[in-house]
Amino acid sequence: MTLDSKIPSGPIAQKWDKHRFDLKLVNPANKRKFEILVVGSGLAGASAAATLGELGYRVKCFCFQDSPRRAHSIAAQGGINAAKNYQNDGDSIYRLFYDTIKGGDFRAREANVYRLAQVSVNIIDQCVAQGVPFAREYGGLLANRSFGGAQVSRTFYARGQTGQQLLLGAYQALCRQISLGTVQMYPRTEMLDLVVIDGHAKGIVVRDLISGRISSHAGDAVVLATGGYGNVFFLSTNAKGSNVTATWRAYKKGAFFANPCYTQIHPTCIPVSGEHQSKLTLMSESLRNDGRVWVPKRKEDCGKPPTSIPESDRDYYLERKYPSFGNLAPRDISSRAAKEVCDEGRGVGPGGLGVYLDFADAIRRLGVDKIRERYGNLFDMYEKITGENAYETPMRIYPAVHYTMGGTWVDYNLMSTIPGLFVIGEANFSDHGANRLGASALMQGLADGYFILPYTIGHYFASSKQFRPPTDHPEFRKSEEEIRAMTNRLLSVRGKRTVTSLHRELGKLLWEKCGMARNEAGLREALRRIPELRDEFCRTVNVTGESGELNQALEYAGRVADFMEFAELLCLDALHREESCGGHFRTEHQTPDGEAKRNDDQFAYVAAWEYKGPDRQPEMHREPLIYEEVQMSTRSYK
Amino acid sequence: MNLTLRVWRQKNANSPGRFETYEARNILEDMSFLEMLDVVNEELIQRGQEPIAFDSDCREGICGMCSLVINGIPHGGRRGTATCQLHMRHFKDGDTITIEPWRARAFPLIKDLVVDRSAFDRIIQAGGFISVNTGGTPDGNAIPVPKPDADAAMDAAACIGCGACVAVCKNASAMLFVAAKVSHLNLLPQGKVEKDRRALNMVRQMDAEGFGNCTVTGSCEAVCPKEISLSFIAKLNRDYGLATLKGK
Ligand SMILES: Cc1cc2nc3c(=O)[nH]c(=O)nc-3n(C[C@H](O)[C@H](O)[C@H](O)COP(=O)(O)OP(=O)(O)OC[C@H]3O[C@@H](n4cnc5c(N)ncnc54)[C@H](O)[C@@H]3O)c2cc1C
Repeated sequence: MTLDSKIPSGPIAQKWDKHRFDLKLVNPANKRKFEILVVGSGLAGASAAATLGELGYRVKCFCFQDSPRRAHSIAAQGGINAAKNYQNDGDSIYRLFYDTIKGGDFRAREANVYRLAQVSVNIIDQCVAQGVPFAREYGGLLANRSFGGAQVSRTFYARGQTGQQLLLGAYQALCRQISLGTVQMYPRTEMLDLVVIDGHAKGIVVRDLISGRISSHAGDAVVLATGGYGNVFFLSTNAKGSNVTATWRAYKKGAFFANPCYTQIHPTCIPVSGEHQSKLTLMSESLRNDGRVWVPKRKEDCGKPPTSIPESDRDYYLERKYPSFGNLAPRDISSRAAKEVCDEGRGVGPGGLGVYLDFADAIRRLGVDKIRERYGNLFDMYEKITGENAYETPMRIYPAVHYTMGGTWVDYNLMSTIPGLFVIGEANFSDHGANRLGASALMQGLADGYFILPYTIGHYFASSKQFRPPTDHPEFRKSEEEIRAMTNRLLSVRGKRTVTSLHRELGKLLWEKCGMARNEAGLREALRRIPELRDEFCRTVNVTGESGELNQALEYAGRVADFMEFAELLCLDALHREESCGGHFRTEHQTPDGEAKRNDDQFAYVAAWEYKGPDRQPEMHREPLIYEEVQMSTRSYK
Repeated sequence: MNLTLRVWRQKNANSPGRFETYEARNILEDMSFLEMLDVVNEELIQRGQEPIAFDSDCREGICGMCSLVINGIPHGGRRGTATCQLHMRHFKDGDTITIEPWRARAFPLIKDLVVDRSAFDRIIQAGGFISVNTGGTPDGNAIPVPKPDADAAMDAAACIGCGACVAVCKNASAMLFVAAKVSHLNLLPQGKVEKDRRALNMVRQMDAEGFGNCTVTGSCEAVCPKEISLSFIAKLNRDYGLATLKGK
């Protein structure tokens, strides 16, 4: 099978326009004949489900939380980018496009990224019209800030709760469609399988998390908007429930998985405090606008109270190494720099796994009130978790797994290698290359859901044969049986180990061998250990309770079982990519001063993995990345 | 530290529930309350017993999924703090902690500490939105919004829909939740068009769901993890009153 990305021809600025014209349309009266299953109600899923409902399609939307409003998107803090150039500081669609391509370390598709930058401006208009209470200036116009390594101010925000407000906007649009009857919502429902009939995605099998009932839903197309897989590392900034199940099971039905090794480690999180830790908390990157990152110059000083260490004994390592970007250096670079100083033994706090983020200068310059106005909620959150007052003593931060650039492979239409299966939001691989810039995930989720998928899905309907199977079709039956068997297997082991302990062990292994820095020996070891651990999981896991009831242990076990399989693909991808790019840093491939060394001659492609069966190596397919617009260059933030 | 927990256990909506007592041992003060429950659950599983069912997801105080009435107070009674952000340093060795689910007619119990809050979704479906479709919207800066209005709207919009306001209220009233959404949208120029309809429809749905009446005791504001102000209830009453007068 050859991968066809379906990138339209023509100059980059006209591709999307031209493509929209070329896409076939579905007659408005016919739209209600099509049923679309949207799995996920985060920014991507809620915006898609609402928009498809508005267009007249019949939509079913699923999520595992008790309400669509609780999808993990709710937790995004910092903001959303858009090339509005409201600040008159030289921003443009082209600049946002360029920054995103460069930020992604030249491993993203040009055409997709350009389109993303183009529709970014519509997103803001849409959200404002929905009543999203973005921050404003005294004149009543929208405020912006600079964020995540951008040199222009293009980030729109709603205090430290941008994700919440954007999601509530999409959720409210979704609620309106639910009340109009175009969308049917299925909360506390987990998709456990994709059903493919005659080569097309035709439905899903789900478990009702309250009754435990397994049932099938048939549709004319399936949209996965199920978020990222960062929790494969056990500890991450993701919500506890975030998982890889939907995209993993689709992979096993033929949807290629692209670039799983591209994971983003966020530099500013609250450090781990102990074994009991259930998740990590992000401290918004916006803090780096005013905070200065440092560690002591000498190891001996690491145990001293930070305020007692004089200026001359501090190493503001980001400012030293990257004078032009300083504390705003991109995420992958800042994270690695923090790891480096901690590896040298200059880390602070418990276990030496932390660096200081210091606001003393900013407070002196701007006053404590200004800092409180800008970051008050973050300082409060920090205090709740650590019991420390960051107005008086520097915060301690450390990198943590945060976002996954990899995901289901999709073409320009956001369709996977299974016709009729579309994948949007963090769940796909499309727009961020090897590293995502701050405030770009919210943008991508909403771009996909509001402005891209609603067009491209129509083209699929208009150009393929219409056929919606009944849910007693043998393929549905077979899937349901498999899911029941899998559930019973998990419940029948009654071994000695809890799901959490096995998950934690997997996460530690990945963090050590396939985290911020990777090398061949470590990856080979991980690839040897993962099957052993998976085997141990199958033999010793203890899942209590029954299947016909609310059973959180069972839900969790199913998700971890998929992580156990997925982890292997992640490491395999990391092993094969013999270069360093973005979030993927192979220690064998670095410049003398420790910067990532890309290998464009051999690795300027998307690695899309095809499932070949339970005991067989997956097959890798390459989608070459061709840069017509932007010259590939070494990413330098010095 | 070591603690004694009295936890409400109930197999499902139809079986009777009761308090069970558990020991939580070697709890560290850096743990969050939910991490403490994770520890207890790990032990229960090890012993082949069913873990305590409770809801949580983001564990940073924003998704609104976690609940729990802790020692009689929803979210445990620390100002502006959801259960998932409550840390064990606020308890001491030897404490006995009572843990119960949200209790309200409109929030039927599902299992142990998990309840059904879908009534809140239905209230939003009744009018907690601005009726615009995707596309064709004016430029984001076309309608200036005075900063104080935008800020006030944001104060109201900060609601996470957790239901603590209902759980604490002696009448199980949902007025603070409804007031927050009505205020968020009605304060903004974009939301003014449907202002009356919104207030009427959302209040009607709230009543239909079986929430009780508001007697403005202010307990809801006190436990709200986002510190949503009681003054929004006054605004809702105003908006609702005006809409009724107009006979919409
Ligand atoms: C703490 C934090 C802060 C962030 N801050 C920012 C920021 O400031 N700016 C920015 O641009 N990005 C930010 N991000 C990233 C961004 O929030 C996410 O990438 C984005 O919200 C993902 O949206 P989504 O719609 O793709 O998925 P999600 O919001 O994760 O939604 C996934 C949905 O899928 C459902 N689901 C999953 N699996 C199943 C299944 N098997 N069956 C049924 N339903 C299922 C879930 O119930 C949920 O509804 C942040 C991320 C984190 C963790």
